[in-house]
Amino acid sequence: MMPEGKEGKVVSINAGQGLKRRLVEMGFCEGSLVTVHRSERGALVVVVNGIKYALGKGLATKIMVSDC
Amino acid sequence: MEKKKITIALAGNPNVGKTTLFNAITGARQHVGNWPGVTVEKKTGKRTYKDTEIEVVDLPGTYSLTAYSLDEVVARDYVVEEIPDVVVQIVDATNLERNLYLTTQLMELGSKVVIALNMWDLAESRGDKIDTRKMEDFLEIPVVKTVANRAEGIDALLEEVVREVDKGEHHEHEVSYGDDIEKKIIELEGIVGKDSALSGKYPVRWLSVKLLDGDENILEKIEGSSVATQVNSVLSTIKKDDYEAAMAEKRYETINTVLPQICVKCVNEVTFSDMIDRAVTNKYLGIPIFLAMMWAAFEVTFTVATPLMEFVDMFFGWLAGVVAQSITNPVLGSLLGDGIIAGVGSVMIFLPNILLLFLMISLLEDSGYMARAAFVMDKLMYKIGLNGGSFIPLLMGFGCNVPAIMATRTIEDEKERLVTILVNPFISCGARLPVYLMLAGAFFGRNAGTVIFGIYILGIIVAILSAKLIRGTVVKGKPSPFIMELPPYRLPTLKASAIHMWEKGSIYLKKAGTIILAGVVFVWLLSAIPAPGVDAAFASEEILGTEDSLIGVLGHIIEPLVAPLGFDWKVAVALVFGFIAKEIVIGSMGVLYGTGEDEDALAEILTAGAMTPLTALGLMVFTLLYVPCIACVGVVKKETGSWKWTLFMMVYGTALAWIAAFLIYRIGTAIGWGL
Repeated sequence: MMPEGKEGKVVSINAGQGLKRRLVEMGFCEGSLVTVHRSERGALVVVVNGIKYALGKGLATKIMVSDC
Repeated sequence: MEKKKITIALAGNPNVGKTTLFNAITGARQHVGNWPGVTVEKKTGKRTYKDTEIEVVDLPGTYSLTAYSLDEVVARDYVVEEIPDVVVQIVDATNLERNLYLTTQLMELGSKVVIALNMWDLAESRGDKIDTRKMEDFLEIPVVKTVANRAEGIDALLEEVVREVDKGEHHEHEVSYGDDIEKKIIELEGIVGKDSALSGKYPVRWLSVKLLDGDENILEKIEGSSVATQVNSVLSTIKKDDYEAAMAEKRYETINTVLPQICVKCVNEVTFSDMIDRAVTNKYLGIPIFLAMMWAAFEVTFTVATPLMEFVDMFFGWLAGVVAQSITNPVLGSLLGDGIIAGVGSVMIFLPNILLLFLMISLLEDSGYMARAAFVMDKLMYKIGLNGGSFIPLLMGFGCNVPAIMATRTIEDEKERLVTILVNPFISCGARLPVYLMLAGAFFGRNAGTVIFGIYILGIIVAILSAKLIRGTVVKGKPSPFIMELPPYRLPTLKASAIHMWEKGSIYLKKAGTIILAGVVFVWLLSAIPAPGVDAAFASEEILGTEDSLIGVLGHIIEPLVAPLGFDWKVAVALVFGFIAKEIVIGSMGVLYGTGEDEDALAEILTAGAMTPLTALGLMVFTLLYVPCIACVGVVKKETGSWKWTLFMMVYGTALAWIAAFLIYRIGTAIGWGL
């Protein structure tokens, strides 16, 4: 789980077919930079490509991110 | 000369200004908000530009041509199946990368596309430099700069649209997916091309790409075709999961190679929006801020409205005076005075409250806060088996449940959508507000505001508990993943919010002038007809609204049903007619108690013995929970597509209402309160 203010790179998305494609379409590609603006017990506000998204807890844990 | 007719569709990501542009082109006044999912149904309008008659279709926002939720299906189906002459894609200039993703899909489909580069002034003001000439060269698509909210660039856009139609040539653009995927595409093209029904309607390459994409809609089309087995045997050789995401990523790669050449800078920075978000999404502050905003909105609808209500009151008082003086025919006088003015007047007096309520909701919608509220509430929603996405439709229910239930189309998960629809009527809509205002005002004096706030809270609690109950029993399942774009805040302009308020307010006025008017006239008519065996003239003083009228007889028939709740036959009748529209509960009480237009007179009669604070509270709770109005029932049927669920909702709500009012009455009586 990434702390607030931290930036990371999307490594993989462990989600089912439709959901994974959906996330990629919204900009969560492998290699995309993600900044965590808020982390609240698992639920996140992140910025990808300058777009801000709210992610529920369940979804946030499916997106694997590495330090960069 | 015969005018040329063309159809254009406005497509684009959510919240890029499609509806604003639609309004700017057609002069319509469709509702615009600042949250993803404002438009859930396609809307059409007309515009004549030079010698061309243009039909403009505003589509719900979508991130791609693969649909996940119902509103996206509407958009996808229109572009793919109806094939408009030109698709105008509205591209948010501050957000090129993701917007161009949809462009690549439209290009692959072979749609004729014109890009409206919207909000480019915002992009420019933060230092982006977008080279539209290069953009046109790379994409081979005309690009027109627009600022929809100031109606800039509209003519240039239409000019380009007309030119694009006249051009006639049609080329499909390709995204290159790399050797491995391309091989599969070619293989599939060979197979799909053999089915002339399919290849006649859709580009073959596009079909093949979509199959590898795992697009369910296209897979279904193939299932029913002559090449189903062959296609499936090819698809069975690949690992679907890998392909889907890989292809989406390839599209992004294509965009990313082009992007640096057409746009300099183009990165978002920490902004004003981020600062607000630090507070409103805070772990500890998020929910208190939300509640404080609700409370403030609530206060405004009451305190500011009070002096305005005097004006409405004066108007109806004056009107009643004019009628009393000038109409000599007793029947007509009674119809106007005891029927229409009493009935409609008792509803209309609350117009200021309703307008302010709508203004508050408009401010909330236009600012961009809605999506944040969804985030803040996600955890609570998760606990009841839904996700934050269900929260916006619930919040909208405070205005009117009908559009709120339509708004559930943005919810991807079918079961979650169903549950959100079923509990939505418990969120107290604007039409129920007059009932509370009247009763609480009469019986609870200075505490009226608190009592009404309590009723709203009760509605929310019942909605939440019902959702949990339904989700745990008849519609089981885990909450689906929650993801929602948080759009940048925009300062709502007073003008836009006022227009928005007026639009909803005028619906209320129209309702008062039609359905409520008809309802109260009908109630008056029934109360003016003498009961069988009663020797009195039609609409004579001594029977009007009494047990000697026809309505009295009918009321007494249904009275036993609500007698255990402490309601008399007049309340019973009012509740029955409240099914037409909830305001009629008050309107028909105005007629039945024969109080004329004067709100205070009705309050006096009620407090003088017709009701007690206890039964008034019971009636408020009953009105909150029992079967929603006919328009709401209609939309529940339409959106669930099921009479079974619609009936379930009606019976469940009414049963709850009965039980709650019964408990209030019995417990209150037992402890000797409010007698």
